[in-house]
Amino acid sequence: MTDDQLDAVFGALADTTRRAILARLAQGDANVAELTALFTMSQPAISKHLKVLEQAGLISRDRQGTMRLSHLEAEPLRDATDWLATYRAYWDESYARLDELLGSLDD
Amino acid sequence: MTKAEITAEPGTQNITITRDFVATPEQLLRAHTDPDLLVQWLGPKRLTMRIDALEAKDGGRWAYAHIDEDGTEFRFRGAFHGEPTVEGITQTWEFLGFPGVVSLETLHFEDLGDGRTRIHNLAVYPSVEARDGMVSSGMDVGVNEGYERLDDVLASL
Repeated sequence: MTDDQLDAVFGALADTTRRAILARLAQGDANVAELTALFTMSQPAISKHLKVLEQAGLISRDRQGTMRLSHLEAEPLRDATDWLATYRAYWDESYARLDELLGSLDD
Repeated sequence: MTKAEITAEPGTQNITITRDFVATPEQLLRAHTDPDLLVQWLGPKRLTMRIDALEAKDGGRWAYAHIDEDGTEFRFRGAFHGEPTVEGITQTWEFLGFPGVVSLETLHFEDLGDGRTRIHNLAVYPSVEARDGMVSSGMDVGVNEGYERLDDVLASL
């Protein structure tokens, strides 16, 4: 992943509405009307958020009849979420282990 | 301060971690630069750690991987800038899940006397977005979720 792509992914994730849209799409594909119904926001506003997510590669949109279905693209997120979700736990657990190790070290 | 204090001020590119230890600066330096010691504490216990390089000297490189039960490797690398000393360590830091996003990490060992030492860890990321992405979800979740399905992680973002 390049810096630009990464900035796009993080930029897209830095918004509560867009994270909520991704959480909804994790349950299954949805069209813009269905997504708009979840928020107190206009359909054009939701469409703007979908465009940001699409440009970041986090969703794809397919035309089915007259409706465009948004689909979650998990790949750009997988590496990130696997690691990021555990940032704090990583250091808490590491330092707890370091405490134990230090207790057994000679001066 | 038995829990690590992790701070990420909004709008900055920094993450700071502060933590006290019952140890001397010398012992902390050893724990960070001796591969036989580092492998015993860095990272979650359920992950296996493999150190590929740890050249604790000015310009020396380091590389290691945390490996989960499935054999998935989370690889990291960087280089030491200046000699690691009892004062602290300066190094670059890169997670190869996001190649090219390199942060600068400054570890300072503050001698508190009485055989106690405070670690001040300052990491500076290349952009606010990169910094936010690195910490936000982790700080919200707060507990080790393991590598569960993406659905679960997304729901908790």
